[in-house]
Amino acid sequence: MPSPDLRLGVDVGGTNTDAVVLDADDRLLAKAKVPTTPDVTSGIEGAIAGVVETVDRSRISHAMFGTTHATNAVLERRGLRRVGVLRLGGPATQAVRPLFGWPAELREAVSAGERIVHGGIEFDGRELSPLDTEAIARFAGEVADRADAIAIACVFAPVSDEHERSAEEIVRKELGDLPISLSSQIGSLGLLERENATVLNASLIDVARGVTNAIAGALERNGLRPVTFFAQNDGTLMDLEFAIRFPVLTIGSGPANSIRGAAYLTGRTDAIVVDVGGTSTDVGVLVRGFPRESSFGVEIGGIRTNFRMPDLVTIALGGGTIVSEDALGPESVGYRIRDEALVFGGSTPTLTDAGVSAGRFRDLGDPTRLDHHAELLASSIARSDTTLADAIDRVKTSREPVALVAVGGGAPLVPEDLQGTSEVLRPDHSEVANAIGAAIASVSGEVDRVFHLGSGGREAAIAEASQEAIERAVAAGAARESVEVVEIEEVPLAYLTDPAVRIRVKAGGPLDWG
Amino acid sequence: MQLDASTLPALARGCAILGAGGGGDTEIGLLASLQAVEDFGPVPLVDLDELPDEALIMPCGGVGAPTVSIEKIESGDEGGRLREMVETLWNRPVVALMSAEIGGSNGVIPFVWAARLGLPVVDADGMGRAFPEIPQVTMEIAGISPNPAVMTDERGNVIVFRATDGDWMERMERAAAVEFGGMSWSSEYQLTVEQAKAGAVVNHAVSLAVRLGTVVAEAEHDPVEALAREIHAAQLVVGKIVDVERRTTAGFVRGSATIEGLDADAGRTLRLEIQNENLVALEGDRALAMVPDIITVLDSQSANAISTERLRYGQRVTVIAFPCDPIWRTAKGLELAGPRHFGYDLDYAPVEDLHALA
Repeated sequence: MPSPDLRLGVDVGGTNTDAVVLDADDRLLAKAKVPTTPDVTSGIEGAIAGVVETVDRSRISHAMFGTTHATNAVLERRGLRRVGVLRLGGPATQAVRPLFGWPAELREAVSAGERIVHGGIEFDGRELSPLDTEAIARFAGEVADRADAIAIACVFAPVSDEHERSAEEIVRKELGDLPISLSSQIGSLGLLERENATVLNASLIDVARGVTNAIAGALERNGLRPVTFFAQNDGTLMDLEFAIRFPVLTIGSGPANSIRGAAYLTGRTDAIVVDVGGTSTDVGVLVRGFPRESSFGVEIGGIRTNFRMPDLVTIALGGGTIVSEDALGPESVGYRIRDEALVFGGSTPTLTDAGVSAGRFRDLGDPTRLDHHAELLASSIARSDTTLADAIDRVKTSREPVALVAVGGGAPLVPEDLQGTSEVLRPDHSEVANAIGAAIASVSGEVDRVFHLGSGGREAAIAEASQEAIERAVAAGAARESVEVVEIEEVPLAYLTDPAVRIRVKAGGPLDWG
Repeated sequence: MQLDASTLPALARGCAILGAGGGGDTEIGLLASLQAVEDFGPVPLVDLDELPDEALIMPCGGVGAPTVSIEKIESGDEGGRLREMVETLWNRPVVALMSAEIGGSNGVIPFVWAARLGLPVVDADGMGRAFPEIPQVTMEIAGISPNPAVMTDERGNVIVFRATDGDWMERMERAAAVEFGGMSWSSEYQLTVEQAKAGAVVNHAVSLAVRLGTVVAEAEHDPVEALAREIHAAQLVVGKIVDVERRTTAGFVRGSATIEGLDADAGRTLRLEIQNENLVALEGDRALAMVPDIITVLDSQSANAISTERLRYGQRVTVIAFPCDPIWRTAKGLELAGPRHFGYDLDYAPVEDLHALA
């Protein structure tokens, strides 16, 4: 009997659920694409069934999942837990109370009460004020009958999680097994954004459990028992247990997976990745094998957060984009493309029609239906090329022309000779790039905190941060011998006479198969 | 005029524009001021002419690292403690608060405190922009004493400083700010309405910020163009950031940003010299604008000002420059905050001598 050496990758999107199977050498053995179902699990089951019928299912040892489910739950306020929000930072921080500025409906759906208690850490690790343990116990008692999760955010928790840990212990004593989210485990510097992310995380626990149960059920019904991972916002993996505790970290996994999938399909480590869908196009950057992350806060459902997310430019341009004399979108015919586009016998001119007219799509619909619209379609494809070139230029990391990878169903819309690019790569299987990205994601560890510069200076601080990041990657399952530091970012703290610097280091490596 | 939830966003946006890239992120200041007016009611903005000559004005704001201020947000009570100590030391009531620095978050913070204290804020400030050092205020040029300075933290500690001059005030306050955890709140250079009217402040700085923010928010076509016209700014370059370099020396963030021209400016390259704020704009060896005139980097689409810590490769930007308050162009003003004060071997040339203004 052959040893287990296959990986299953699944992407659960809003429209489609995709699945792939790769072998130990990362060769694609099978792929499937099915519509996502309202109950989630039958869509996953169907996609998995579509790929395992051609391979020996006993050889599937690992399964990697990516999903936009958490995002959609927040946007639709569906299945969210009510969270007691505890901030440790008093008497500081009271000028902006927790959840101030949240959309009223979301706050109502999520909050079981908020409290700021004395406590907190200074940038150099000293105590801001002593932790008010009695106030924490009191708050826990007050929200006991209405909270089904607790979020704890402490000032400068990225510097020291000591107060958050103590508070967690007190809450645990009062409320027993209630899920508790700590900000030190979720976000980086920026109290309000990190607190928001922590609250969202706590409220998403059931959504994460729902998806992980759906996955477990779908795997079981297909007779599979693999080690199962979840893809994170930054294109790296966490185990299922971790995903249940930190669902917020899966919120941006879709784009991250497509960027990694593009890397796999082309063998490139540095490139611009263009994912052309039906309604929109994501343009992201692959840097040394990882998606480049946003240095600005990302808004989700009207809430400022500091999630680790791919740095993307999203434009309203896709195969279904409706074109007219004076506009290119943003409206799209979406999933109705097979009924409405001209080439399919419909009456709405779309970018797909423009692509067919320009000879970019082959064997699609009936090109003779476009004859009366040649002028409109020609000007539309030109406009689309300019818009794409502009979006690509926005994400570029240097002046040099770079390689571009086009993936997604609308990839043929990307022209051959795009300004600022050295070449345009169009790999096979690009329509399942997301699922492939999940399957080949690597395991990473990250450190992001303020270092007080002692006698060793910044070199010693960076070395310390790098070692910590590597240890975190190994703890998360990466093979130690192949983990490397992939990103170092320093932000000096202005004004202070006592030198300090914020250092962010990320290390990553392939899964340890041993 | 009153500042409330409908006008504070415009104020914050305008403060970022006047900040020349510095003064700290306005987002937290905006949230804090919105909460304060929601809880305590709107804040009257008063003209100097509306106040009695002998009335005492309390300039105030934050001292510290912007990177700390995004974690350790103020309690909201700091302004009350500053007022209490200032009133004790002067033995008379504070009649209105004033932003020591209109640029960045410090332009918004006094409204957080004024709402709680039921006090008005004076339509003026001590810079007309943002600067990094305590004595870089118009009150210093006008010969007003920085003493007594009062500093507090969020815990309730209060220090009173009496310094021999502005430079010592800077040194002492900076050391205390580090001890307090990198961020603290202070008042220096208290003055009477009569002194303010005699030219010790930049008049109408707050209403200017609100107006600029409103012009940008309400522009129908090109917000950058609308803003440049409103403020009589020179458009130095329209382009894209192609390089950003930052380093820490002597307790400040120094560095530069390179912008390559696009469209009509194609082929041009502009370098911005940065020291917390944007200080000098160079094209080759030629200075296009320099401190104390205000150089601000705008997002070309939205005309939102981009602070120096947020500049990065690929941003489409328009760099504008506009004249500072005339008091900064006096010999004393240039000595305090001219290009040579910041270590640039440049003779100050006003921006309107170098360019046609909008």
